[in-house]
Amino acid sequence: MKTLTHLDRLEAEAISIMREVVATAEKPVMLYSIGKDSAVMLHLATKAFYPSLPPFVLLHVDTTWKFNEMIEFRDATVKNLGLQLLVHINQDGVAAGVNPIDSGSRIHTDVMKTEGLKQALDKHKFDAAFGGARRDEEKSRAKERVISFRTKDHRWDPKNQRPEPWHLFNTNKKPGESFRVFPLSNWTEYDVWSYIARENIPVVPLYFAKVRPVIERDGGLIMVDDERLKLRNGEKIQNKLVRFRTLGCYPLTGAIQSSASNVSEIIAELQEAKTSERQGRMIDNDGGASMEQKKAEGYF
Amino acid sequence: MSANQETELLRFITCGSVDDGKSTLIGRLLYDVGQVFDDQMTALDDASNKYGTQGQERDYALLVDGLEAEREQGITIDVAYRYFRTPKRAFIAADVPGHEQYTRNMATGASTAQIAIILIDARKGVLAQTRRHASITSMVGVKNVVLAINKMDLVGYSKATYDTIVTDFTRHAKELGFSEIAAIPICAILGENVTTKSANMVWYDGSHLLEYLENVAPFPISHSEFRFPVQWVNRPNLDFRGFSGTVSSGTIKLGQQIIVSSSLQTSRVARICTYDGDLSEASQGQAITIVLEDEIDVSRGDVLSLAGSQLRPRKASDAKILWLSSAPMRLEKDYVIKHATSQTNAKITNIKSALDFATLQDVAADGLAMNGIGNASISLSRPLLVEPYEINRDLGSFILIDKISNETVAMGLFQGQTKPTSNGRKTQFENLAKLAFPNIENPKQTAQKALYGLAISSIATFFMALLVTNSSAISAILAFLDFAFKPVIWFLFLREAREKAEAALANIDGSGI
Repeated sequence: MKTLTHLDRLEAEAISIMREVVATAEKPVMLYSIGKDSAVMLHLATKAFYPSLPPFVLLHVDTTWKFNEMIEFRDATVKNLGLQLLVHINQDGVAAGVNPIDSGSRIHTDVMKTEGLKQALDKHKFDAAFGGARRDEEKSRAKERVISFRTKDHRWDPKNQRPEPWHLFNTNKKPGESFRVFPLSNWTEYDVWSYIARENIPVVPLYFAKVRPVIERDGGLIMVDDERLKLRNGEKIQNKLVRFRTLGCYPLTGAIQSSASNVSEIIAELQEAKTSERQGRMIDNDGGASMEQKKAEGYF
Repeated sequence: MSANQETELLRFITCGSVDDGKSTLIGRLLYDVGQVFDDQMTALDDASNKYGTQGQERDYALLVDGLEAEREQGITIDVAYRYFRTPKRAFIAADVPGHEQYTRNMATGASTAQIAIILIDARKGVLAQTRRHASITSMVGVKNVVLAINKMDLVGYSKATYDTIVTDFTRHAKELGFSEIAAIPICAILGENVTTKSANMVWYDGSHLLEYLENVAPFPISHSEFRFPVQWVNRPNLDFRGFSGTVSSGTIKLGQQIIVSSSLQTSRVARICTYDGDLSEASQGQAITIVLEDEIDVSRGDVLSLAGSQLRPRKASDAKILWLSSAPMRLEKDYVIKHATSQTNAKITNIKSALDFATLQDVAADGLAMNGIGNASISLSRPLLVEPYEINRDLGSFILIDKISNETVAMGLFQGQTKPTSNGRKTQFENLAKLAFPNIENPKQTAQKALYGLAISSIATFFMALLVTNSSAISAILAFLDFAFKPVIWFLFLREAREKAEAALANIDGSGI
């Protein structure tokens, strides 16, 4: 009998969750946010349904402020795998001129990500959305169910969640209600990178160290990805050897100084890491419960 | 990295009564194994000042209590899952709430755990909630228990206090069938006996908590026969039809003959398909896609087993259930049951007993309130391949869902089968009764009444014959003929009278006989 390692077990668990949702949902969708977690989730989906292609479309809620390299990587990946991708942009937000620099991270995230996501889910009537969030990422995510119920308004009620004993999921719901599904619930950042190494999964090159043009802002290193990032007084572009531990909207994503230029160097670096993965994400730090609030309102 | 890939996974919970230090212990474990990062430490220290329950000290529980309501109230409401690893093992820790009203969240956390750490406040000893958690832990099949006697610093590191609590718990736990109870005296806040041995408790010569967790061999779940609940039918094109799912128990090999639970049709395994290539065999825990040699009907909810395996899909079973909802439990109400990958209707027909948490004894009951545990009879609207929970976790467990609100109202574990012989006799009698009284709603009871009446009339016949003939042998023969022929006459001739008699029999209440 084959002895399963802990990565084998995590893989089998994620596959089982995906199959369960596809078998019970009417119109599932996979949120594809282009980062390493999405890369792993997408890889697991190709495994779960093989030899069929994953029986759902991918959805990217584009804030229009993602790194250019992310968009290139997204389009290449989708083409390679032969999958269908929907890109949704909150046009109301664009018309109102919402952006991460002038509007601030909270409003930008709320309008362009949370509202944009709800618009897309409503428009296409998706009743189950896979996301790559992990419990290990953040303290309110540690409380999240694997198949997490959302009301018609996409709200999450953290104090009244459906019990999930064993691997038995209650996927029953009324019309208009939906689920957010987290196949990577039990994975850590370390597991994600170990799995990327084991399975040779391609990821956006921004994760690997390279000399990049950055400025210092609000204590972080922000990459100047295009001309929309206007320099403030005293700021100047420096070329530094940096990489990104997580990827989001480029003006809100801090780089770390690192020389790790391949997956095994990243794993070695992780073992020595002194800061958490989301530390570079400006949107998490708007107050102790901010992720919980955003999630309650419909953020992934 | 390569070392990490070979590590095993251990899932455990911390449970026990309110304020026994469950969250603090996990927080401290994470901190001591170096898996709390600098920015999280800064956030923790800020939060400790704002919400902390430890005065000037760092409140490690705030590493785990992630919800705003939890931080405000200083309690754990819902299960938090935390992850850490040592060179030996990867761990998934579920920190479960201690409050009675969140027992359902505790049960959820416990259901996937291999090890349970039951915390006890050394000042308070074994409390009602300690016993409740111990019972639920035992009910969901956890066999290895760590009894962590916490806050030893507050009882002067007293060995006598520790010994008393261990003895007390062991006495209470006798009924619960744990295979191992390892007691460790700790102080979670100061990290004593958590990841290092405490200098204040030299009288304790066992291993510290982390050492135990790294080395414990979890009691094996008895995986016996091959069971494969079909989750999804994989049909990319007309040439491929595979059945996707996760092997629930046992092993399957290429070419073996399998049987389908619903139709009892058989076929052979043509391929065991995965993205990484076909396999020659697969066993418990592997997510695979099975292709069969023949085009037989298999769909989601079916269970594949090896041909020759004793399959007895059942429409009724005994079960232990934990009521999770604040909505009252109703007997004979239709609920949705989710069992492995199938879903159908089920009723709770009877509650035989409920667990009294004070004594850990089953007591007579006719219903269950929220967080109550009881022995119930479940009837299913169609036969399911139900197996006792001790033998197969996946086919032995289920949840009940309210049809209107979609709320998960109960979790349950199927129990071993009632003895088949008495069962068989009962059914035979029932069938006969149905044949005798086809138009009556409750043929079994009516037949019982008729049998009583028949017996009394035969006894009367015996005594009357004895008066006339004065021979007990002849009287006995006459009485026997009376007893034997009346049903024959009933079955054969009295068709018309039968309908009238049936109505009359149904009206007798039977209490006089």
